[in-house]
Amino acid sequence: MNEMSGVAQIPLSYTLGLSAILFGIGVAGVIVRRNAIVLFMCVELMLNAVNLAFVALSPYAGLQGQIFVFFVIAVAAAEAAVGLAIMIAVFRHRESVDMKNFSLLRW
Amino acid sequence: MSPNVNTVLFLFFAACAAGSALAMVTRTNPVSCAMWLIGTFFSVAAIYTLLGAFFIGIIQILVYAGAIMVLFLFVIMLLNLGHDYEPDIRGTGWKISAAGAGLIIIALLGRVFGGDLPRPLGDVAGPRMLAAAQAERGVVGLIGIPLYNQYVVPLQATAILLLVAVVGAVVLAKRKA
Repeated sequence: MNEMSGVAQIPLSYTLGLSAILFGIGVAGVIVRRNAIVLFMCVELMLNAVNLAFVALSPYAGLQGQIFVFFVIAVAAAEAAVGLAIMIAVFRHRESVDMKNFSLLRW
Repeated sequence: MSPNVNTVLFLFFAACAAGSALAMVTRTNPVSCAMWLIGTFFSVAAIYTLLGAFFIGIIQILVYAGAIMVLFLFVIMLLNLGHDYEPDIRGTGWKISAAGAGLIIIALLGRVFGGDLPRPLGDVAGPRMLAAAQAERGVVGLIGIPLYNQYVVPLQATAILLLVAVVGAVVLAKRKA
């Protein structure tokens, strides 16, 4: 397993830093975008950032991190299916996926 | 290996991932947003393989870049958002608060990650243990064998969750008679 010798060679701070940067970009996107579908993509980006932190830490904290990433991906798939169905339902009533149309669920 | 090849590759793919993520947030056309997000997913998958998580990297490409993003693109085209899209990015105040929130999150996470993270398996022993487990069980077995022994209940729960999600999606998207 020569490839595995590379595991320890990427400093942990680099990968965790990238994870933090991707998460921050995702947060900024959720705040700044209006289109519900793009907002959803930003949420997926945040999930990815968290997965990256899990995978980066798994050599030091146990294999459970990688197994948890597997479950996160499955839950993300379910979430995307339901969320996009909600978007189709809202679009059918309002002819738009702008976030202002989603306030009907607020109060 | 002088300047470590893996680290150089990591920095390249990290730049790709962050750049595509930024492009994803700033493009107005939803289709190009989706394309840039696929670029981010591929870069992150490459980083997974660099970290030694080969199976997670493949799953990332198959499920995220394959299935989930195709679902997104399909919905964008179904709703015909590819052209005539509305003004999407909010005004200047929102932009400033978004940048502020992003930077605050990055700073907070950097503080947490930069602190003394617990490493129960140790700096050297942990990666070596993972490499030994991978040599013994194979790339897929590394995840698959614990998944079907120790984590079989969460696995079945995930199966039920996916079933419920599929049924829920059909019910939500169905036209009322």
